[in-house]
Amino acid sequence: MSAIASSAVDLARVQFATTSLYHFLFVPLTLGLAPLVATMQTIWRRTGNDAWLRLTRFFGTLLLINFVIGVATGLVQEFQFGMNWSVYSRYVGNVFGAPLAIEGLAAFFLEATFLGLWIFGWNRLSPRLHLATIWLVALGTWTSAYFILVANSWMQHPVGYEVTNGRAELTSVWQLVSSSFALWAFVHVILVGLTAASIVVLGISCWHLARGRNQELFIRAAKLALIVAVPIAGANLWIGSHFGIYTTETQPMKIAATEAQWDTCQPCSFSMFQIGGFSQSDQTPSFSIQIPGLLSFLSTGSFHGKVIGINENQKDERRQFGRGNYIPPVEAVYWSMRVMAYLGSLVFVVAALGAFLYWRGKLARSRWYLWTAVCTIPLPFLAALAGWVLTEVGRQPWIVYGLLRTSDANSPSVSTTWLWTSLGVFAVLYGVLTLVDVVLLRRYSDPDRDLPGPESPEQPPATAAISY
Amino acid sequence: MTFQIFWFCLIAVLWSGYFVLEGFDFGVGMLLPFVPRGKADREVLFESIGPVWDGNEVWLVVAAGGTFAAFPTWYGAMFSGFYLALLLILVCLILRAVSFEWRDKSDNPRWHAFWLGAHVAASFGAPFLWGVALANLLNGVPLNSDGDFTGNLADLFTAYTVFAGIAVVLLFAFHGATFLTLRTTGELCERVAGMARRLSVPAAAVVAGFAIWTVAVAVDRNDKDVFPPVLPAALAVLALVLALVFVRRRQSGRAFLATALGAVLTVATLFTSLYPRVMVSNPDFGNSLTVSNAASSHYALVTITVVALILTPIVLIYQAWTYYVLRARLSGEEVRPPTDAIAPPAA
Repeated sequence: MSAIASSAVDLARVQFATTSLYHFLFVPLTLGLAPLVATMQTIWRRTGNDAWLRLTRFFGTLLLINFVIGVATGLVQEFQFGMNWSVYSRYVGNVFGAPLAIEGLAAFFLEATFLGLWIFGWNRLSPRLHLATIWLVALGTWTSAYFILVANSWMQHPVGYEVTNGRAELTSVWQLVSSSFALWAFVHVILVGLTAASIVVLGISCWHLARGRNQELFIRAAKLALIVAVPIAGANLWIGSHFGIYTTETQPMKIAATEAQWDTCQPCSFSMFQIGGFSQSDQTPSFSIQIPGLLSFLSTGSFHGKVIGINENQKDERRQFGRGNYIPPVEAVYWSMRVMAYLGSLVFVVAALGAFLYWRGKLARSRWYLWTAVCTIPLPFLAALAGWVLTEVGRQPWIVYGLLRTSDANSPSVSTTWLWTSLGVFAVLYGVLTLVDVVLLRRYSDPDRDLPGPESPEQPPATAAISY
Repeated sequence: MTFQIFWFCLIAVLWSGYFVLEGFDFGVGMLLPFVPRGKADREVLFESIGPVWDGNEVWLVVAAGGTFAAFPTWYGAMFSGFYLALLLILVCLILRAVSFEWRDKSDNPRWHAFWLGAHVAASFGAPFLWGVALANLLNGVPLNSDGDFTGNLADLFTAYTVFAGIAVVLLFAFHGATFLTLRTTGELCERVAGMARRLSVPAAAVVAGFAIWTVAVAVDRNDKDVFPPVLPAALAVLALVLALVFVRRRQSGRAFLATALGAVLTVATLFTSLYPRVMVSNPDFGNSLTVSNAASSHYALVTITVVALILTPIVLIYQAWTYYVLRARLSGEEVRPPTDAIAPPAA
């Protein structure tokens, strides 16, 4: 730790990385599970089949356990721009603050208010209104994702602003909210959320099937999960690679660093795996597995495309921004991209295999597959975290690409003592919360636990108790 | 300039919303160890705020987001300057948030005791620290010419700011009690009403003390005249005195309105005393942040104003509707939310 803790800005970075990654561990599940639970409740209303009510309540509990941590840690996200990055806040508040404020007004009120109504409204609202509340929660979570990605995308690819009075000032809100970067990022993140949630539903369903518990219920949930997971995980591979092509245009250095491509090339082969070749003093890997032409295709859309290397990008940025090192940590982004892409592909394969088995009517009997699906649960989350490491580390040394450096953006008034204190507090608090969350989620999805009954929640509790 | 004033007022409104709504949530949390007799009563208290606390907390989120968007310099100076105090507030709010959802997810009595304790401690801690933090905006903290805080944690705790923290705690406890007189029935309602009566005098006294002291600080350290700050200050005292009378006459609805008004006017007193500054610098008064030197550009302010004018009424309508849907008093015999009943006790 001592090596990275040399300065206040480094500590602030470690803290932001820790708290943000932690926050995003819970966000994808909320983004995906809210519409899935809403879908289950909708099917129940349409068909009147109580199996879907029980599934709604079962997965609804998991949604709530998870949602509340997202809310609690989201507050930290909002506060720490000001707490740790006051220079950044002053410089970008004009542009970056707007989507954040709109996110609160448009999205947080919606999801928080209607989630409360959904939990407590089973007996107080008409069935149709009650169903509407969970869809509004889903809408709120998606709206929130959109505005926060508008804000983040502006840091990646600033648009709709001009620099006046020593700060970035908003000049076109339309350019800000319709930024192509933001739209790509939004679609990508939503698909990540749906993938993660459907893999969780699939994994838990397979767990129950493997234990032979509640088969008639969870075979339905598994089917729904597969219907979502296969096309969504597949589409996301496509969206992700096109997002890469778009990033090549807007942040050429990020892509070059991601590929550890030091020299400009045409056509370029894709490095599947390599040892060495990650630093300026060691630009040639001692071992690598390459696929000819694939890098050209992934970053330009053509197998003969030209990719500008790190060295040439460094020269360009130096010419443009003055002296300095503009190369992000190559090894970190190289591996985070591969972890993301390989795990994302693996998730798709697992889902496609499940769909095949389901189609042949063999899913519930293929024990090897059922346990594979259980073990797949963490993978989309790891892929999502790796994706954020790629996005954020790949932007370095900039906090706002081309405008403001991370090392110039932290709070001058926040001492390293304060930072060590907060880092320690967050590390302990978040560590304990993760542990409890995982234990609770596991306990409430355990096949050996009694499931929600088929009785309608509209009935008084006495009846409910008797019917067990 | 008009838009800067509009946003200064809107941020005051957002804080008022937070004080009124989350104020009674915190108050209910503070009363948990004192009012309920047994688990059933405690559950009623939790259920009285369970559906709404999260929506209420969003008022804070939007107040902070609005400050970031409209007054980035204020946001940066305040949040980095009050760093450790905000860290403590975050710990309180995180523990309190998860306690709502997690406290009944185990049968272990120590688990229950832990989350109950955490919830109560957070319900005292967060309002106290918010009182201290907001009072510091007026009382003044050392700022340099960039608007960066140059003091330390101890600078935030002066006699006035600590008194402000205590005033907010007592105000919220009283407000929580008047809220519960509207939401409970039977013997529990009687005990809540008794608690409201006992709290009414100390709450009115400290709010009066805070109001007077705030006007004095505004004159002394913020270059203000006695008028206009004295107006909301006097009205705040009046609201609390009325609440005191209403709880004695057992007029629960009016008492709740009066404490809610007291919460709004407390925020109004502070913000009226602040204007045109948003964060007073002391000792170098000239480094104070004002609505004009801390604000965003005209275009950015117009943009968020349009959004706020469209969305705020919609939010108010559906939040009000939520309270209407949940208006029934809680006797402790309600259906437990079915999502909680997913795994019923092995009965």
